[in-house]
Amino acid sequence: MSNRIDQLFAGKRKGVLNIYCTAGFPELNDTLPVMKALQQYGTDIIELGMPFSDPLADGPVIQDSSTRAISNGMSLRVLFEQLKNFREDIHVPVLLMGYLNPVLLYGIENFCKKCAEVGVDGVILPDLPMDEYESEYRPVFEKYGLHLVFLVTPETSEERIRKIDSVSKGFIYAVSSSSTTGTDKDMGHQQAYFERLEALQLKNPVLIGFGIKDKATFDAATVHSNGGVIGTAFIRALEKATNLDSAIQQFIAGVK
Amino acid sequence: MKIAGNTFGSKYHVDEKGFYGRFGGAYIPEMLYPNVEELQRNYLAILREPGFQEEFDQLLRDYVGRPSPLYFAKRLSEKYKAKIYLKREDLNHTGAHKVNNTIGQILLAKRLGKTRIIAETGAGQHGVATATVCALMGLECVVYMGSIDIKRQAPNVARMKMLGATVVPATSGSQTLKDACNEAIRDWINNPVNTHYILGTAAGPHPYPDMVTRFQSVISEEIKKQLLEKTGRENPDYVMACIGGGSNAAGAYYHFLDEPGVKLIAIEAGGKGVHSGHSAATTQLGKLGIIHASKTLLMQTEDGQITEPYSISAGLDYPGIGPLHAHLYETGRATFLNATDDEALAAAYELTRLEGIIPALESSHALAKLGQVAFKPDDVVVVCLSGRGDKDMETYIRNLPGNTGDNV
Repeated sequence: MSNRIDQLFAGKRKGVLNIYCTAGFPELNDTLPVMKALQQYGTDIIELGMPFSDPLADGPVIQDSSTRAISNGMSLRVLFEQLKNFREDIHVPVLLMGYLNPVLLYGIENFCKKCAEVGVDGVILPDLPMDEYESEYRPVFEKYGLHLVFLVTPETSEERIRKIDSVSKGFIYAVSSSSTTGTDKDMGHQQAYFERLEALQLKNPVLIGFGIKDKATFDAATVHSNGGVIGTAFIRALEKATNLDSAIQQFIAGVK
Repeated sequence: MKIAGNTFGSKYHVDEKGFYGRFGGAYIPEMLYPNVEELQRNYLAILREPGFQEEFDQLLRDYVGRPSPLYFAKRLSEKYKAKIYLKREDLNHTGAHKVNNTIGQILLAKRLGKTRIIAETGAGQHGVATATVCALMGLECVVYMGSIDIKRQAPNVARMKMLGATVVPATSGSQTLKDACNEAIRDWINNPVNTHYILGTAAGPHPYPDMVTRFQSVISEEIKKQLLEKTGRENPDYVMACIGGGSNAAGAYYHFLDEPGVKLIAIEAGGKGVHSGHSAATTQLGKLGIIHASKTLLMQTEDGQITEPYSISAGLDYPGIGPLHAHLYETGRATFLNATDDEALAAAYELTRLEGIIPALESSHALAKLGQVAFKPDDVVVVCLSGRGDKDMETYIRNLPGNTGDNV
């Protein structure tokens, strides 16, 4: 069990906090300072966004942060350069989240190799079809010890959830409503879905994503799951921040 | 059963997994899986239902005004020294070929029990065609359109509103067709149960490229019949069409794909010149990539960010190309040319003066390359005149040769 994600869930089964931030945002070289602050103030997992020009599964807040990061000069090459020695300071699990096109152009094998070299633990690629992952890419991800995390939604059938559970590694990312990130839908309406997921007793831990913004929504989301993912609300906090470190401290204090 | 025929096994048609060669597929996030899977599972069965083709044909005939004429353009033929026929999609109700597809998809949406329709639009032709069929069927309609396109295609925006559609500006990215597409896809993610997305071009996730192509294939089906009546032979020597995403070209090529004697010519938007940095000539500038859930040729930076394209014509201003066309390009089945803004404008003025037909700026790109193909005098050439120029009058008047800005 060498993967940091597995190590984390082996020791912590409830209330796991995963925070998403866009690499190269707000400024190009903020990637590492933001990650360090996230770790320092108690984030269990860091999900680092690889900015893409056309992020279909994200809402306007995350798209805007991606647009800004790209104009700051962020790219996969720059990101791997920034991450070169990040494991000297960061010990929590780190996942890269992004879209397939830049990764394909970089080369899947090259990408996985780089992830392993710098110490990335997992990857989320929402537009990589599960079938194609299984038939073409799975051996490459496994060779480099990278976990690929898949998404489920309230519309996903039980049969498909079980299939996703068998292919996914690390955890499963449960979208809390069928919505792009940042959309405000009532968390209460999602409880039945979370209960249904819990009752399936999946082999992977489940993190609830999309729609968590504060302590109340985090607590609600994690009653029937192993934890939650915060993205849009955190990006909004960074947008307004005059001092990144204190803004991050304050944000996490407001969730935990 | 014309639009629902079984074409699996043909080299140029979609395979069981939704690919044309190495292009196509459905690179969708999980949130879209149920919507897209529902379509994949049902579209051919619905097209094959008793009554579907009948209803489709009846609406195309009585509502759209099909068959659209195949017009022998005598003076154009004299100039370019070949037998040039124009497939008059510009004479369809709503003014372009787009309505063939929206009629098909609205019938499909009704059979799937959908009550709300969304669409993207570039030039506004597809938005108008979608708003029209929604009015016809009494369904709610939301059209996403880039903010820049809303400004340059004002008459079509007004039409959509009059037809009862809500027009939502896409303010992200380049604020043109690709961004309108992104917003429509996001809407679909947020409304997974009651909404059908009427995608307007032969792009996007499988089954859209095949479905849209089948609905547009009425164009080449009619060309075959009309040519037989007029010339005694079914097949032309050339079929020429403009390509943005590629729906009119897909329809004009469809029944000729497996006829190697028919040369297919695709004309992309060269903008201010292919290498000017202001172009939408995807096959010339693109590399393999994924746009709007389809693996195809794509204009992108060396870091894999999608490039903002440029064309004077909003309908061709798209950084990708339908997967069928990427396959036709790669296999050499179709020849790809491109026309600049200026060449397209000149072709529009020429057709207007020679034949009394004001074409859409998109279609003018196809006309612009008549002088660049080495025709023999007896060659039969069909140009798909995909739309009429009403929506482009402001651009045409502004660019009229000799226009000083007065009297406009």
